[in-house]
Amino acid sequence: MSTQIPKQTEESTETDAETEPASKGDERRAEKRRRAAERREQRQEEEAEKAAADESTVELKVFRYDPQVEGKQEPRFDTFHVPFTKGMTVLDALMYARDTYDSSLTFRHSCRQAVCGSDAMFVNGGQKLACKTQISDLQQPVRVEPLPHAEVTKDLVVDMEHFYDQMEAVEPYFQTNEYPDGELEEQRQDRENREKIKMSTRCIWCGACMSSCNIAAGDNEYLGPAAINKAYRFAMDEREGEEMKQKRLEIIEQEHGVWRCQTQFSCTEVCPKDIPLTEHIQELKREAVKNNLKFW
Amino acid sequence: MYEHDVVVVGAGGAGLRAAIAAQEAGADVAMVSKLHPVRSHTGAAEGGINAALRDADSWEDHAYDTMKGSDYLGDAPAVEALCQESPEEVIRLEHWGMPFSREDDGRVSQRPFGGLSFPRTTYAGAETGHQMLHTMYEQVVKRGITVYDEWHVMDLAVTDEDDPAERTCHGVVAYDIQSGEINGFRAEDGVILATGGMGQVFDHTTNAVANTGDGVAMAYRAGVPMEDMEFIQFHPTTLPSTGVLISEGVRGEGGILYNEDGERFMFEHGYANNDGELASRDVVSRAELTEVNEGRGIEDEYVHLDMRHLGEERILDRLENILHLAEDFEGADGLTEPMPVKPGQHYAMGGIETNEFGETVIDGLYAAGECACASVHGANRLGGNALPELIVFGKRAGRHAAGEEMGEAEIETGRSGDWQPADYEFGVEVGETGDSGPAAADGGAVATDAESVVGGAVGRAKERVEELLSREGRNHAEIRSAVQETMTANVNVFREEDRLGETLEDLREAREAYKDVAVSDPSRTFNTDLIHTIETRNILDIAEALTMGALAREEFRGAHWRKKHQERKDDEWLKHTLISWNDGEPELWYKPVVLEGENKTYEPKTRSY
Repeated sequence: MSTQIPKQTEESTETDAETEPASKGDERRAEKRRRAAERREQRQEEEAEKAAADESTVELKVFRYDPQVEGKQEPRFDTFHVPFTKGMTVLDALMYARDTYDSSLTFRHSCRQAVCGSDAMFVNGGQKLACKTQISDLQQPVRVEPLPHAEVTKDLVVDMEHFYDQMEAVEPYFQTNEYPDGELEEQRQDRENREKIKMSTRCIWCGACMSSCNIAAGDNEYLGPAAINKAYRFAMDEREGEEMKQKRLEIIEQEHGVWRCQTQFSCTEVCPKDIPLTEHIQELKREAVKNNLKFW
Repeated sequence: MYEHDVVVVGAGGAGLRAAIAAQEAGADVAMVSKLHPVRSHTGAAEGGINAALRDADSWEDHAYDTMKGSDYLGDAPAVEALCQESPEEVIRLEHWGMPFSREDDGRVSQRPFGGLSFPRTTYAGAETGHQMLHTMYEQVVKRGITVYDEWHVMDLAVTDEDDPAERTCHGVVAYDIQSGEINGFRAEDGVILATGGMGQVFDHTTNAVANTGDGVAMAYRAGVPMEDMEFIQFHPTTLPSTGVLISEGVRGEGGILYNEDGERFMFEHGYANNDGELASRDVVSRAELTEVNEGRGIEDEYVHLDMRHLGEERILDRLENILHLAEDFEGADGLTEPMPVKPGQHYAMGGIETNEFGETVIDGLYAAGECACASVHGANRLGGNALPELIVFGKRAGRHAAGEEMGEAEIETGRSGDWQPADYEFGVEVGETGDSGPAAADGGAVATDAESVVGGAVGRAKERVEELLSREGRNHAEIRSAVQETMTANVNVFREEDRLGETLEDLREAREAYKDVAVSDPSRTFNTDLIHTIETRNILDIAEALTMGALAREEFRGAHWRKKHQERKDDEWLKHTLISWNDGEPELWYKPVVLEGENKTYEPKTRSY
């Protein structure tokens, strides 16, 4: 399902339909839903009237979809008016809307500080982490949608399985055959090499890059920027040794690997951790070429 | 029903390490977590991992510092295990590829941290937890360990003998957030709780929204005592508007605290004449709030943390992440101005009572990491001691659960040995209100075979979910915020008897309100309304036990400060507070601290920095 829907309805379209209740529980739920919908509408109207009258409110237009709930099976946008407070982020506004107007408004979030990577969304047409996007930097109304090019599970939640599969396809774990002697002996790594991989290790698996990538959108098997960056993180880590590096380069040179990248920089632009993803991909291409020449 | 040898609940640092250890010991392991592992809050830890790695340092010194930091409420066998095993665990992380910050000779860097007699905190910039979490998850992927992510564990499946010490844990029941499926996870050899912190009991916290203390509350209701719950660490440097953490590493590298008058108050007002900003966290938090209360705070709310003098190069090298956090969440540029900071809830020293192998009093039930209380941190945790706890005790619990022979534990659990009952009248009714949902070991038919125990728990969980989804009632969010507000207002850094008592009344009211709680989202798909409602029950149980402990402990020790009891009372209070759920009628009791270590006894001394 795509989030690029042709028609948008902004009113709550929840209906009373529950044609053939299968059990008492279903009846109860149907009745409850009816009343909850009425209550919610009433409360939302009251709050919205109050908020709309106030200049210091934020207008949010939020994508809504639920495969199971009558009235939400057709995607729609709901409007929420949220009182603005200094420093308010998109995540703050969403939490306020959920806790005040509609507890069924659904999105992933946890750490609130841009490290858990749960809340990447499409905000005013760009991939952003909701928790580190200030409302004051955005044009209103603020339009919040799930990440494009991913299956929508519900509201702003997308299925991350494909992203995780790609991450795990590059043997994303440290491998070496050259440990130092002695159990308490660490591997040496010079500062320069640590600096070299530093940015690549900052990835929080939010999926913003993958969502922004045209190539990934057209080629479902393309590893994508995050997974290639993960491969870079190990290929460039001198602690793994030369032999391992060969193996790493073979992985990223596969059919749906680095050579698919067309250097559009969209991933680099949206990365909330400022990882130079495109540069990393380019560098791996150069390494791969060098490596292939070696065996000529 | 899913079946595995070992089921690990939670997939942060402790859970990942436990799963790896159990798998290495030959067990078929499954991890069940309400978040995907890389979303866990271990990733937000910044400062570092204490480990006595160098010749000039020793595990004995680390243990001494930790016992002193704990204000002599840590149990020596657990503290010594932490300090002895942390070096090998840190090197193991390095061998797994963790990108530590490095010295010129290529070895792992170490920096000074509060309360440490040697610069023994290893780190990876100011994002040590993130690097540690991802490094360990990589190992879980490498080993092909089964992960059930976005499965919320609702309860434990425990037999219901009268005496908790005779009960056995056979597994857990969990709710698949994605699909709404409720199913049992049978654990042949053991369940390891690694559910992390409980910061959501408060409203100004460095903890994630997911840190609702689920494991602690589940174990409590199943009959495991909660230990030392009153000891909550308030971190001295959190951003005022969001509670986002500013690492102790800033002070470790030389950052300075100033009040509104530009005084370096840690010295100028005599809070810590030797260590200044690097005194223990409880000391610095009280100093900051005293400054604010006496009118020397900025905007009557916070103080300044200044790192400009460290220079751009050093800041970028070792504290870069701090610049981003201060900029993104407080609009402050740490390179050109001081950063506003104030104390915020950060860490729970207390938790599920365990011994030094992570075993609880219930057979087959383990706990490790922040949710557990061995106790490594006693009355106050030192900075840099949480991450080594995850890897050392995660590993121990994992091995033990997988059946490895580890010898006799020194620390006793449950009402054994020299335990003593408490005679404290709370004046307010506490515990079960009658209809807050089924608890694991509350009544019900006696079932002993594993499958029926798990099956019974699944049945109760399904009933509960049906009930919450079908009835009408109040939204949990208002109840949760009422709890958070009263806890932050009254069970904070400074505590007074009257206000603690009032808090118990507020919590009673919240419990009453929770009887009418209902979920208005009818969906079975990703119903976060339902998950949050279940979590709020856990928050209620924890907040109450925490406040009970804070009322009963009439002394000032570590992070626990009482207005009318301004001294540490070793004659009376050199003991742990324990609260047993007792099938809905919470009971308070005590057990002595274990101060005898392997080669020495840690005699309580005056704690000054």
